[in-house]
Amino acid sequence: MITFENVSKRYPDGTEAVAGLSLEAPDAAITVLVGPSGCGKTTTLRMTNRLVEPSGGRILVDGADIRERPVAQLRRGIGYVIQHAGLFPHRTVAENIATVPRLLGKDRRAARKRSLELMELVGLETVLADRYPHQLSGGQQQRVGVARALAADPAILLMDEPFSAVDPIVRKSLQEQFLQIQAEVGKTILFVTHDIDEAIRIGDRIAVLREGGHLAQFAAPRELLEKPADAFVEQFLGLDRGVRRLTFISSNGLNLRTDALVKRGVEPEAGQLELPWLLLVDEAGAPLGWIEPRRPGAAPIPIGHPFRAKDDSLRAALDAAVLCPTGWAVGVDEAGRAVGVVSQEEIAAAIREAHRASLEAV
Amino acid sequence: MSALATSVFDMPSYVQSSYVGLILTQLEVSLGATLAGLAIALPIGQFCSRLPRLYPPTLGLVTLIYSIPSIALFVLLIDYTGESETTVFIPLTLYTLAILVPGVVDGIRSVPRDVLDAADGMGYGRARRYLAVELPIALPTLMAAVRVAAVSSLSLMSIGATIGNYGGIGDLFLLGLRFFDNRLIWVGLITLLVLSVLCDIALRLVQRLLTPWARSLRSIG
Ligand SMILES: Nc1ncnc2c1ncn2[C@@H]1O[C@H](COP(=O)(O)OP(=O)(O)O)[C@@H](O)[C@H]1O
Ligand SMILES: [Mg+2]
Repeated sequence: MITFENVSKRYPDGTEAVAGLSLEAPDAAITVLVGPSGCGKTTTLRMTNRLVEPSGGRILVDGADIRERPVAQLRRGIGYVIQHAGLFPHRTVAENIATVPRLLGKDRRAARKRSLELMELVGLETVLADRYPHQLSGGQQQRVGVARALAADPAILLMDEPFSAVDPIVRKSLQEQFLQIQAEVGKTILFVTHDIDEAIRIGDRIAVLREGGHLAQFAAPRELLEKPADAFVEQFLGLDRGVRRLTFISSNGLNLRTDALVKRGVEPEAGQLELPWLLLVDEAGAPLGWIEPRRPGAAPIPIGHPFRAKDDSLRAALDAAVLCPTGWAVGVDEAGRAVGVVSQEEIAAAIREAHRASLEAV
Repeated sequence: MSALATSVFDMPSYVQSSYVGLILTQLEVSLGATLAGLAIALPIGQFCSRLPRLYPPTLGLVTLIYSIPSIALFVLLIDYTGESETTVFIPLTLYTLAILVPGVVDGIRSVPRDVLDAADGMGYGRARRYLAVELPIALPTLMAAVRVAAVSSLSLMSIGATIGNYGGIGDLFLLGLRFFDNRLIWVGLITLLVLSVLCDIALRLVQRLLTPWARSLRSIG
């Protein structure tokens, strides 16, 4: 656990980067610091490994003031990942990853073995071990950065916009893999980003900072979206806050109708002819498209994308319905077989229901 | 062939040293001065990159030293060090600073800020960071300066002939002039050229061995 107790930082030139920050980053969880550029995120992170000394307050790790330990020892026990990875250009990938184990006195061979393990963990092929950093793509360099930070198995990880410098597709895959790694290693992580989407995707807890280094709100992602503390947080969350919030509500409660499914080559039953749309499925049950019972012979309308009936959120279901010209979403099971369909109107009703439930819960 | 070689490279008695002896003196003094210059330039350069405000005046000073004619320095030094190799060695060393100090500073400045940041964040101490991170990354820039300094010392050393026989190969120029022997001047000139080229090649090789990472950097960039 990392505890900030009324921490502030004023730089020698008078800049108030962080003002009276109190925060607790729980163990084995990702705590995200998010906010506009210049709001003191990096400063906060760098105070945690003492690259910057606070001008007021204390920072505790597991209850002990970080100033009690020799600074080099403190830093070797905290993984540190930065935006452009900051890899050593004169060392190979394996040597880069082995940095802290080597500093801690591990012998070359054991350190290399550990490097190769970590390369696998972060999804790097071990044939890259003897390349130099500039021979890797940006995404690969960032993975090396993460591997290097994890090499000595520190309890704490500090990450400063680690995925900001790569393109959106690579970023998404880095984020997903990062979450998988975290599920495996369970580190106490402070993660800085200016991207609220990334914060919500990754964070267990989110600290929103505002200019001048003030903490605007500290909450779990869902709570943040549901109850922004003030106008600043609300504006920072953006206009699709309402839709994004649906990410946290399961589509489990939707009533999927099964009477609109019709197998290829099978005549619709009499009752089905009353429905505006029928979902054509193949012999295995995979959706093929929408057909209008009143216009037999017309080409099926594509369904857009389906949602996973049990696992996906209401956001995925709503998106599927909004995307399809018929206004219906198709729910599928793990094997991609259609299990039922649901209309925009029914999804809207489920959203209202979820709202009512959360209001009553307060 | 060997008869020809003997006749071309045989030194007349007034040279007071064998051809090989001249080459050895030449290499010893000029490369020694480059090394000594490097030993001085490293801490000065480190100092200047820590305190950037001191760099312009320091650069001004080493450039000023470079502009002092060597004859003047010899005359000043000769009272203390006599007619000796040292009298040649000291000015040569001082001259290399004009090349090596900026070489060290540019080299250290070529280390990316985020690399230093990462090194600090991982718990490198100051000295260890300097030796294991800054110096290796500065090496390509630094070695380029060392090569220029070495070759320039090889050439500048010739003037040492004016204070006796301390110019290495350069002695041949003065003696050739004095004894109307053009052969000595040509032998000296060609030897000096060949030495410079060989020296540059050798230093490039050293650089390649020391910076395998920079080689692939060049081939890609
Ligand atoms: N070394 C420094 N000296 C003076 N001001 C600084 C220094 N580092 C950061 N600042 C200032 O402190 C504020 C917070 O910076 P930073 O923590 O880097 O913000 P963020 O990471 O949220 O963009 C900014 O106004 C920035 O200009
Ligand atoms: Mg920042």
